[in-house]
Parts: sequence; C-alpha cells; structure tokens
Amino acid sequence: MSSSAAGHQYQPKTNVGKIANFVDTRVGGSAIVKEFGRKIFPDHWTFMFGEVALYSFVILLLSGTFLTFFFDPSMAETHYEGSYVPLRGIEMSVAYASSLDISFDIRGGLFMRQVHHWSALLFVAAVSVHMLRVFFTGAFRRPRELNWVIGGVLLILAMAAGFTGYSLPDDLLSGNGLRIIDGVIKSIPVVGTYISFFLFGGEFPGTVIIPRLYVLHILLIPALILLLIAMHLFLVVVHKHTQFPGPGRTNDNVVGYPVGPVYAAKAGGFFFIVFGIIAAISAAFTINPIWNYGPYDPSPVSAGTQPDWYIGWVDGALRLMPGILAGFPFEWEIPFPWGTNTLSLNVLFPALVPAGIVFTLLFAWPWIEAWVTKDRREKHLLDRPRNAPTRTGIGVAGVVFYCVMWAAASSDLIATHFMVSLNDVTYWLRVLVIIGPVIGFIVARRIALALQRKDREIVLHGRETGRIVRLPHGEFIEVHEPVDEYKRYKLVSFDSPVTLSAEADVNGHVSKGEKGRAWASKFFFEDRVAPVTPAELEEAHSHGHHGEVASEHDKAAISNK
Amino acid sequence: MKALSQRRRHPLAAIALLLMGLLLTGGIYAVASNANEAKAQTTFSASDIEEGEKLFVANCATCHGMGAAGTEDGPSLVGVGAAAVDFQVGTGRMPLQMQGPQALQKPVQFTDEQIRQMSAYVASLGAGPAIPGEEELDLEGADPAAGGELFRVNCAMCHNAAAAGGALTRGKFAPALEGVTDKHIYEAMITGPQNMPVFSDANITPEGKQDIIAFLNIIEEQGSPGGADLGSLGPVSEGLFIWVAGLGVIIAFTVWLTSRSS
Repeated sequence: MSSSAAGHQYQPKTNVGKIANFVDTRVGGSAIVKEFGRKIFPDHWTFMFGEVALYSFVILLLSGTFLTFFFDPSMAETHYEGSYVPLRGIEMSVAYASSLDISFDIRGGLFMRQVHHWSALLFVAAVSVHMLRVFFTGAFRRPRELNWVIGGVLLILAMAAGFTGYSLPDDLLSGNGLRIIDGVIKSIPVVGTYISFFLFGGEFPGTVIIPRLYVLHILLIPALILLLIAMHLFLVVVHKHTQFPGPGRTNDNVVGYPVGPVYAAKAGGFFFIVFGIIAAISAAFTINPIWNYGPYDPSPVSAGTQPDWYIGWVDGALRLMPGILAGFPFEWEIPFPWGTNTLSLNVLFPALVPAGIVFTLLFAWPWIEAWVTKDRREKHLLDRPRNAPTRTGIGVAGVVFYCVMWAAASSDLIATHFMVSLNDVTYWLRVLVIIGPVIGFIVARRIALALQRKDREIVLHGRETGRIVRLPHGEFIEVHEPVDEYKRYKLVSFDSPVTLSAEADVNGHVSKGEKGRAWASKFFFEDRVAPVTPAELEEAHSHGHHGEVASEHDKAAISNK
Repeated sequence: MKALSQRRRHPLAAIALLLMGLLLTGGIYAVASNANEAKAQTTFSASDIEEGEKLFVANCATCHGMGAAGTEDGPSLVGVGAAAVDFQVGTGRMPLQMQGPQALQKPVQFTDEQIRQMSAYVASLGAGPAIPGEEELDLEGADPAAGGELFRVNCAMCHNAAAAGGALTRGKFAPALEGVTDKHIYEAMITGPQNMPVFSDANITPEGKQDIIAFLNIIEEQGSPGGADLGSLGPVSEGLFIWVAGLGVIIAFTVWLTSRSS
C-alpha cells in the first residue's frame, strides 16, 4: 500500500503490469482483492438460492432496460395497426399497443418480454426459497436478525415490483388485477375512496395509473431493491456466512473455499447457468400471452383470470372469504349523520389479514425465538431442520397456509381439471386454510422428532446393514455397522434448548409475560430429543445392545458371512 | 274526456298508465323487429320427419317423453328447433350418458343422416332456430378483430379469453372451443345449450357471429406465437411451471456445483 511513498518504487515491466499498477496505486485494488478474495464461503447447495435471486435480478435489469427502449406507458387511445391480425383496428391504449409491438414487430422483443417475465417469477421464487432455507436452518439468529428483516423487505419489494410490472401492458388481465387492487383499497374504511381517487387520479381506471406504475416499476422499486441488496450483501460479508455443523466447524470459524479463484469462477459460471435456463424457458414456453387477453375494458372479465403466483395467495384469500357466515354478514352499511358508509369486511379481511399474519410473524420471528429460548448468543452454526422440530413445524404450517391460498386462486382450474364442483372446492379449501396449517405443524414436528430419534439410534447402535447372520448356536442377528466419527459428529453436535420454567424477577415476582414465555418454552421444547452424550455413547458401546455379538467365535462367523 | 280527467288521480291510474306504455312499446317493437322471430325455413321432407320420429321414440323419448313433451328427467323439445338437435346430438352430448351437472361430450352416436332426421322431427313439433346453412357460415369478409372484441365482451367470462374453457358453479363448466366446428359454434350461440345463454340475432347479429367464428378459427390456426402455451390457463400454470421445472433444473445445477467439495 505504500507503493506511492518515497523510497523503493515498484516498477512494472510489462504493459499489463503497468496498467495494473496504475489502477492499484489509485484505487488500492490489491488490498480489496487480498481482503475479499480470501473471504471464505462454505459450500452447500442450499446456500445458492440467494445467488439465484441476485442473478435473476441482474437478468431483470438487463431485459427490463431493453423493454424500456420500446415500451410507451401512455394511456392515450389509439387504434392498433401492427401485425397481429386478430387485434388489428381495435381501439386500445398506447401502452397495450406498444406491448403488442414489442411482442410482434420488434426483433427479439417477444423473447425479451418472456425473459423479463420468467425471470421475475424466478426472482420471487428464489427469494422465497432462500428465505425458507434461512428460516428452517435458523440462520436468522443473532447476529443476522437485521439481515433477515432486510430480506423480508426485499420479498415485499419483489412482490411490488412484480405487481407493478404485471399491470403495465394494460391488457384485460392486468386491468382486472388493478380492478381488484382498486376494490381492496376502496374497502379500507373512511379513507379508502380517497386513496383510490388519489392513486388513479380520479375514478378507476382513469388515464394516469399506467404512467404512475411505470415510474414505480422502473425507478423507485428497483432502486430500493438495489440499495437493500447492497446492504444485504454488506451484512453477509460483515457477519460471514453460516455453515452446517461438522468436524472442525465452530461458531468462530468458517470452513470452505476462498472467493478467489474457485468460488468466484463457480459463482460467475452459475450466473450464466441461471441466464441460460431462463433463456431456454423463454424460448420454448410462452408467458403472459397478452395478445390473448385483448385491451383493457372495465366490462369483460375473462375466466381463468389470476395474478402471478406471488400475489396469488391474496387472490385466493379473496375467493375463499364468505360474504355471509352463519347468518353473519361481512358487509355492513353503517348510517352516519352525513350518509351511509359501507364497511366491506368481506374484502378487507382476506386482503389484509393473511398477509398481515404472515409478514408480522416473519419479521418478528428472530425476536420471538430469542425470547422463548432466552438464548441471545451469536449463532454461526446452522440447525438441521429436524433439530429444531417446533420451528420446522411452524415453518411448514406457513407453507401449507400459503399453498392452500394459492390453490384457492386456481379453484376454477381445480374444478375443471378434476371434474369436481367449484363450490365444493371452495368449501374444502375454506376448511383446509384453517386446519391445514395445524395438521402441517403436527405432522412436520412429529417427523422431525422421529428423525432425531433415528439419529440417536444410529449413533448408539450403528447403521442397519440389512445383513442377516445366523450364529453357530442358531440365533439370527442383523449386523449393525457403527457410524464413523465424521458422521457421528454431524448427528450429535447440535443445539438442543431445554424447557425453561418461569423465573421470578428481583422482587420475587413472576410476571405474566414470564409465565407466557415459560408456556411457550414448554410448547417448543417439552418433547425434545436430546443429542447423544459421550456418556451414553460409552455405555452403549461397553454394555452391548441387542444383537451384540457375544464371543470371538461368533465374530469370526459374522466376518466370514 | 271528463271521465278521464276525473279518474286521473285514482290510485290505480299510475299502474294503468304504466301498463299502457309497456304494451305500446312492446307491441311496436314486436311488429317492427323480426330479429327474434323463430325461423323454420329449412325444408325437411315428410319421410325425414317420419324416420326422425322413429329414432326419437327409440333413443330420446325415455327422458324427453313421447312427442318430446318432456318428463322429469328431460325438458320438452317443442320449439327448440333443428339447430339444438344438430348441436346436442352432433357433438355427442346427446343421448345423455348419465344425469349430472352437465351433459359431457362423447363420441357421436348417430350418422349425419340420422341426426338430420331427428332434427327434422323436432323442428316439425314447433318453430325454432334452424340449422345454419352456407349463407350463415360464410366467413368471407368476416372481421376477426371485431369478433375478438365480441368474444371478450360476451364469451370470455366463461370460455376464457383464449377460449381455453372455464369453471361454472356446482360442477358445470364452459368447455374449451378448440376443434369445435363452425356450425356447432353457430348453433351453440343461437340455441344456448346446457348453461349457455342464447345469443339471438338481436343480441349478436349474424355478421357478429361470423366474426366470432373467424376469430376463433384464426387463434386456433396461429397456435401460440410465444412457444408452448402451458394450456393457456393463465398465471397459475406459469407459476407452477417455474416452481417445478425452473427451480427443479436450478436445484440440479446447485447440487452439481457443490458436489465436489466435501
């Protein structure tokens, strides 16, 4: 770093060396490479979904830039004169006409549109899977709570980016989507109508919504996403990456490959793999065929109208919500001195409550868990999902909750494709959306506990080899093969928090909050399966167990088969 | 005049006036408009009707009753017209396989000649929509773009904007329109089979119907410009595809990329 100081001056001999030295002495590149290139990242396939999300976002920026060259977000009326015959001469907005031009009259336009849309779906899917991985392995715990929150905000921004983009072509499908948003906004008591008029610049649909969404879609939301991605990655570097437990892996180290050269090459190559997969999909499979839907017109609504998958759950909740339940109407008309106001709980509830539950739990989860366990130490070693059964159960409950609502968004397709009644599909899904998560929780938690018991069994008694041996005295036994030390390390070294009963504070008083925490702690950990202790292992090996081979003679018989 | 002016404040005066107005406008409309007039101009021979009756008695009367008067199991067919028979039998929906929310399509059970005879018989029972002839099905000069607009306004809410079909209540559904002949589409519009409403000539003109058929033909012929259409079912199939196929392939690559380290 002192190359510019007086005294010994490094003199490069080659041209490349001169350029490199020029750059290095001005921006200090070698220090960055030295520092960052030696950064260690652990290798596991589940650690790559964040990368997939990042690469999808880069592809979105590239393809989106191409689309902005040709897209015109104007809602002025025009008559389509492009090359798609079934729409020629039809009155439509300039936005829709330019989307059709991108699809049919601009070289490579349809491909780029499909790349943009497919990578948008993949972006949100990769973000979701990445968050599920972080959740199920406990990577959100201290010191990464804030990064988890940033990730949650990124998920919301990704959904917002997707929805604003979905609305831009101004075809029938996107217009129907906006109409639902308009309805949801208007269902907000008192201020709803005002917000709707403010957003749409008057009565729906107006002539300003597409340009406004366009500004959000290409300027504000991507800028926020970029900013948060930068913060997200910065915090990853600060915290270092988490790793799964294993021999030599502790809370104080990171075992893996350095960024340069292996990891950088792998990650760079992976970008092109993701790009290649999206390009192949875009070339072979159509997405959002806007020419099918026709221009937006507030009167028609096509069958099979649904939002993209990440908004689908809200649409599903709207479809599931009953208007009247056991004689109780969800739509009230409340007389006020100035007139009658309508309170449409049948729209307000499904639009806000499920999303509210999911995102509140999501953002609060790191603190909920720290509160229950009273464990506020730094955690750099991950949990295998089975080793945190209650957390895994709650995560699965969330996934089931989401999936049932997404299924509800396709209730009409379920009805036609499985030849069942649409009404019955709705009734069943209404039940499932309540009890499905409960069943999912119980089943996932039980499976996790069972897997933990199996792990214990393997550590104590070894792996069942399936070899049945008959001993000289006639007894049949199955040979168990002890696991090696590396494998055993994985199976025994995990955090296993215990139930903490309520503790009194300095005044000897047990507060209500503490009692609640004790109840939660019991709920979380009372069924826990403790990891095998060295003493247990010692005992299992010295005292023998079922099928233990008695004599040297028998041992010889087994090894000879 | 005096009697009239005396009674003009009678409680029933408003109702009487309303009735008179309705009768007058309705009567004028009925006289002036012939759009809803039942057409039975198709000429069937007497032997067609006779043969048709035999077929009807053998195959249809169980549910539709003798003389097509209707029973508990099937509606009366008096006045449904030849087009209804030609559609229902010609697409294999009738004879009904079993009672259910909706008659399902199955292989056609009768020859064209037999269908013609049954149509003749039912048409002879009362005037109704006739089987569209070459004139009605002449798509020369039809405007598919206008047809598309009519389709989106009148048909897409059940049949899907891409004519891929959709669900109705309690197990009923609007079928996909791919592979349906021009004649059957026209007949469906004028007779309103199953749960479909009737689109009379006053509602959609014969030219409009031809435009719609031209639109359906063109979107069927052009295929999907953007690649495989995943059933034209909208964003749900696209979402499922990216989760299963897209992420599936990506996970395979992530496993491959990280497989050499440990």
